[in-house]
Amino acid sequence: MEKVQDFGVADKIRVYIKIKEGDKERTQRFEGIVIKENGSGIGRTFTVRRVSYGVGIERIFPLHSPNIQKIQVVKRGKVRRAKLYYLRERKGKRAMRVKEA
Amino acid sequence: MKAILGKKIEMTQVFDDNGNVIPVTVVRCNGNSIVGIRTRERDGYNAVILGYGVAKHPNLPHRGIFKKMGIAPVKIMREIRKEDIEGTNIGGTVPVSQFEVGEKVFVTGVSKGKGFQGPIKRWGFTRGPMSHGSKSHRVQGSIGASADPARVWKGKKMAGRMGGVRVTLKNVSIVKIDDEQNLIYLKGAVPGTRGSFLVIKR
Repeated sequence: MEKVQDFGVADKIRVYIKIKEGDKERTQRFEGIVIKENGSGIGRTFTVRRVSYGVGIERIFPLHSPNIQKIQVVKRGKVRRAKLYYLRERKGKRAMRVKEA
Repeated sequence: MKAILGKKIEMTQVFDDNGNVIPVTVVRCNGNSIVGIRTRERDGYNAVILGYGVAKHPNLPHRGIFKKMGIAPVKIMREIRKEDIEGTNIGGTVPVSQFEVGEKVFVTGVSKGKGFQGPIKRWGFTRGPMSHGSKSHRVQGSIGASADPARVWKGKKMAGRMGGVRVTLKNVSIVKIDDEQNLIYLKGAVPGTRGSFLVIKR
């Protein structure tokens, strides 16, 4: 798909999400580290984690959802794991740190 | 009465206009044809017989019937009650486009065989405590009264073969229709394994 830039686990990405409120439509951004990719085909999902005011937030997006307008890669990361669950236990600065590619 | 025969392909998902995920089952309905008509004058009721697939090795009587009608032998035939049989003729096609998106249909198929199962899985009985000295973990329990009636009632729910029976789901909604590939997308799960035969009716 064109709107999806190639990305993977450990990349810092920005997701542009279409949100409908009544009959108004607007775009919301969600920026964080991809900690997990799951499934295959049309059912593929990915999980983005960010820490906001000291609270960890994870959002799971269906990759092929029509509500995802754009996905931008902010920073490439390099890890030796497929799932970055270890980030959940981290606090402070280290919580969002992965090796850069 | 609208009806079509088909084959269960797989389960997948589609997105609706709001981006919600809807689980669907894809049913392929290609090669449906009308292979017979029952009329009130001759048979006492009105119906059409639908044919599905191509018979690879039809036996002699099977071949004879189809030779008489002048069409290729089909693998599966199903009779569908239909009052209005005017305009239908033998050899006619049955398009998927007779159904509409959002329509509620009945889906009939043969459920997956589960083998010999206990009463908990087969009939939804509750199990006993797993600890605190209990030994009645997954047992059936009592199967009836004592000296009167001095026997077990017929039809008592007990362990045995489960699945592999004809199941009809009512009010299954159609999510999508693919005219070109003759596919019908039904919401949710339907009976049977992949590749099993289904009747979709309304």
